[in-house]
Amino acid sequence: MECVELLKKLSNMRAVSGRENMAAGEIAELFRQYCDDVSIDAFYNVIGFKKGQGEKPGNVLVTAHYDEIGLIVTGIEDSGFLRFTAVGGVDAKVIGAMEVTVHGKEDLFGVIGVKPPHLIPPEDKNKGIKMEDMRIDIGYDGEKARELVSIGDMVSFNSPARELLNNRMAGKSMDNRSGVAVLIEILKELQKIKHDDNVYIVATVQEELGLIGAICATYNIKADLGIVIDVCHGDMPDAPSDEAFPLDKGAAVAIGPIISRKHARECIKLAKEENISYQIDPEAGDTGTEAAVLAVAREGIPVILLSIPSKYMHTTVEMISVSDVVATGRLAARYIAGRSKE
Amino acid sequence: MKAALDNLKKLTALDGVSGEEKPVRDYIVSKIKDYVDDYYVDNLGNLITYKKGTGNGPKVMLDAHMDEVGLLITLINQDGLLKFRTIGGIEARVLAGKRVRIGKDQVPGVIGFKPLHLQSSKEREGTVDKKQLTIDIGAKDKEQAEKMVEIGDLAAFDYEPVEFGDNKLMAKALDNRVGCAALIELLKHKYESDIYGCFTVQEEIGLKGAKTSTFQVEPDIAFVLEGTTCYDVPDTKEYGISTVCGDGPALTIMDRSVIADKDLLKHITETAKLNGIPYQFKKTISGGTNAGRIQAGGTGVKVAIIALPCRYIHSPVSVMDINDFENMIKLAKKVLETLPTSITLYREQGGGKVNV
Repeated sequence: MECVELLKKLSNMRAVSGRENMAAGEIAELFRQYCDDVSIDAFYNVIGFKKGQGEKPGNVLVTAHYDEIGLIVTGIEDSGFLRFTAVGGVDAKVIGAMEVTVHGKEDLFGVIGVKPPHLIPPEDKNKGIKMEDMRIDIGYDGEKARELVSIGDMVSFNSPARELLNNRMAGKSMDNRSGVAVLIEILKELQKIKHDDNVYIVATVQEELGLIGAICATYNIKADLGIVIDVCHGDMPDAPSDEAFPLDKGAAVAIGPIISRKHARECIKLAKEENISYQIDPEAGDTGTEAAVLAVAREGIPVILLSIPSKYMHTTVEMISVSDVVATGRLAARYIAGRSKE
Repeated sequence: MKAALDNLKKLTALDGVSGEEKPVRDYIVSKIKDYVDDYYVDNLGNLITYKKGTGNGPKVMLDAHMDEVGLLITLINQDGLLKFRTIGGIEARVLAGKRVRIGKDQVPGVIGFKPLHLQSSKEREGTVDKKQLTIDIGAKDKEQAEKMVEIGDLAAFDYEPVEFGDNKLMAKALDNRVGCAALIELLKHKYESDIYGCFTVQEEIGLKGAKTSTFQVEPDIAFVLEGTTCYDVPDTKEYGISTVCGDGPALTIMDRSVIADKDLLKHITETAKLNGIPYQFKKTISGGTNAGRIQAGGTGVKVAIIALPCRYIHSPVSVMDINDFENMIKLAKKVLETLPTSITLYREQGGGKVNV
């Protein structure tokens, strides 16, 4: 599958944190054609195994989370409108007038209503709107709504991925389905090049709730190198220039306390040699990504973090560049294959 | 009625931001040309149609504005992002994170927003500042953006209509493609009065089209067909609920632009009662309509508004009840069919009733 089509398919999947079972099968299917074995664990982490050709193969673990932020139903009004709250970091400012799918007994179309400008009193014009004051309109009365929807049902945003200029795409879940696309790019690359090490490719769950899937996924895999693929902030007006990275300039390779300096340096060296675009992402803290989990998993896994710059993170129009996805996949695959030559 | 709903869906999928209503107008022409005796487009872009009556009723104007709220590209930044202003009333909170298409070629773009992670605590608590928003078409710089978009291009929301729930329709631009679709349907039938069906432009920026259409038509009476505000969600104080979705077409007694004619209103409510068609009164005086412009045309025009309650208008996801839409058409048709015997024009009061 071409990368653009793959990204569309991945971004349009529904997998709100905690309900990844809705997409686990599809992800497993995408892995299957490139892997020797694919399994789904109790948490719905999807684990692809690709056997190394070396005599004494090491184990490389590559993770990218596939859950997405969304909403959860907290109440059903007599009028049929649904109350909700956020699953993960949803910004109330950007969800008004949004199309959603309520995953009730069946998938139901809905919209998050907003007051028309005509009816907003002047004193409210400059007030922020709180999530607890918003409602989802599914077009049914209370009785029918209660029949179809239960408190606790998940809600995902409708925002079909679209192609823009310059090989860029925007969609609801580029954080972190573009990372899952990188996983598949890595698998495709590894079909073409010899690699001594066994490779575990894991699409993880519940990252948005606190890196939970990665904690379980690392328990059973004795990896001696970890590679985490996630998104970082893409450069946009008003973003701090040292925390946001331009699109089309390749993966942001993290350097910082929890990152293996040896592997990060070697990865950068390889990128230079192979002429693969990259940029450097200085990370002072624990990165807020699954790298923080891998670094302290078991006896500690030396870890590197490759991030795809994404503009407008945690909105429904998260934007990435396809070329960055391809470059990140190539860099990671080459690093995995090259490592065993030492 | 199936045809009317089909027309409505197709009309909402077209773009007609104020000043660029042509795609909508072209579609309407294709649907009405076989049913009217004459039609033309005036200097401003209004489509004015004429349908000769079978009797001698008053000269009736039916108005539905074709335009929708949207965006005007005002600047192309060095980084390729597009600055814009809103055309018509659009709240900033409705814009962030939305899909748009720009200009005749419908170049796709999105309106991005600073991620929560990078917002200061003040920004987190605050509102969306319209001035900070830009449209991103993916261009890497100004030069690349300029190949696709020009300053002055108009952008519309890029949302397809969806039927959902209990007979509900979600679409952009229900205000006022519902009026257009209803008027197309009304023009398919014969009435005793001469009918001037006017599909007007630039209502959203201050009722512009209705001024020139009224000047040309010089009607005795006029009905405005319109999608109106509706906010009937829980926690809205009862006095703040303008109309209720599903309770039938809404009649305006007064809004910011007009006080509807009492005789016409009475005729409409009596017709509704007689035919068992549900209706409601709009309970807020917010918003204005073309009726405000039409009433002061020529020597004065009796006006009334038959409106469709639409939730979340002026957003890409407005919602209406399909029964309301059908009842709106049914009511307007009956009102027109029974008109000549029931309406008195003030200037003719000395001489009695209108000739029938």
